[in-house]
Amino acid sequence: MNLFIDALNWILDPANYVGPGSIPIRLFEHVVFTFVTLLIASAIAVPLGFLIGHTGHGRALAIAVSGGLRALPTLGLLTLVALWVGIGLDAPYVALTILAIPPILAGAYTGFEAIDRATIDAARAVGMSEGQIVRKVEIPLGLPLLIGGLRSGTLQVVATATLAAYVADFGLGRFLFSGLKTNDYAELLGGSLLVILLALVLEGIFSVIQRIVVPRGVSAGRPPEVRARSARPRPGMETTIAEGIN
Amino acid sequence: MNWIWSNLDLIWDRTVDHLVLSVPPIILSFFISLPLGWLAYRFQLGRGVILTGVGLLYAIPSLPLFIVLPAIVGTNVRDPLNLIIALTIYGVALMVRVVADGLDSVDTDVRQSATAVGFSGWTLFWQVQLPLAGPVLLAGLRVVAVSTVSLATVGAVIGVASLGSLFTDGFQRGIQAEIVAGIVMTVLLALTFDWALVGLGRLLMPWSRAVGPSLLARWAALRSPGAAAAAPAPAAGEEAAK
Repeated sequence: MNLFIDALNWILDPANYVGPGSIPIRLFEHVVFTFVTLLIASAIAVPLGFLIGHTGHGRALAIAVSGGLRALPTLGLLTLVALWVGIGLDAPYVALTILAIPPILAGAYTGFEAIDRATIDAARAVGMSEGQIVRKVEIPLGLPLLIGGLRSGTLQVVATATLAAYVADFGLGRFLFSGLKTNDYAELLGGSLLVILLALVLEGIFSVIQRIVVPRGVSAGRPPEVRARSARPRPGMETTIAEGIN
Repeated sequence: MNWIWSNLDLIWDRTVDHLVLSVPPIILSFFISLPLGWLAYRFQLGRGVILTGVGLLYAIPSLPLFIVLPAIVGTNVRDPLNLIIALTIYGVALMVRVVADGLDSVDTDVRQSATAVGFSGWTLFWQVQLPLAGPVLLAGLRVVAVSTVSLATVGAVIGVASLGSLFTDGFQRGIQAEIVAGIVMTVLLALTFDWALVGLGRLLMPWSRAVGPSLLARWAALRSPGAAAAAPAPAAGEEAAK
């Protein structure tokens, strides 16, 4: 346990809270990087996912592409892009945006697909236009799964942003790599604990958001969890091994 | 390309290292998940606690886990054993939920019939529930295999040799071919494991011959957030048809 006490001392050491490369700055860099990457990835993946989910076209392609992308080792992609565009933040932005797209895309279109077709037909029958169906029916009902996708994407980016410190001077991962180089286990462990804490906090925030965004009508109609459940999927109950690859 | 031809030995060695790192976690996580998944399936309370627990474990980023683990279990950071334990933890985190879902997927009527004709709890599990949950377990294990192979490369940055070493070495020396070779070999290895598991599944579960849509599609569906929603969709359609 001494190792953990050393690590805690390192985390609490006031000297680590001043100057460039201090804990708050690294944390800030890490969070901003994660946020920006997710924003770029969402700007690409969400509209595309909605389009696929609404029309049903291109689903097979989307599955194949996201499946293929997931098989890619993150470190390999990161180092390869870094060799192409040079050391710095560009490589992590490019590589992590590519990695964040599949889970968000999948969240967006499976959210639409999980909706009972009768609901959408009913919306069409009462005279809603396609745009209204998307805005007022499909997006609200598909939102929990989309948030689930964002959650996987976020976890993946937070985790891989740590690795990205290998090719760029930023983020909490810096503590890990400098600790490795100098064999400073307190810094190594302290930095690791900070990343883990950040990941768990984000995970917690997302699980709360995921509960909140279930439309009221849907949660009211949700049957209680009973032992012999039907195999029928219910929107808003995200219970799969969806979390991202680390 | 020249780099690849003159370094086939190195690539082969790293591939073997990678195999040694990734095979034990896949096997271990399967056997560790069985009892845990059963507990989650059987007891309502256990389900909440266990599934939340594994969910949190899976949320832990890999590189920090590789570093924190030695402080807990006393291994050396650069010890391959350390990496094997960490990868097993991720495998278990994925697999426990699959085991619970798989056991859930066994028809209640079948389970009750088996009890009625005299199966005890123990034999019911081994002879009825486990075989019937087999296809779901296989799908889960395939995901575990692919993600383990991919994750093992991360160990390279803390100095555990694997195909990931080709990334770090290639990056430091500026050899693109080396990184590309590493990526290709990692993906190939993942696919090989995937095919091997499918073959094993056919051998052990000849009744589930019709595997359905393409492997990649099934795999992607299982990994996506909507898996629960996407996978049983045809079943829902059948219900509606009746």
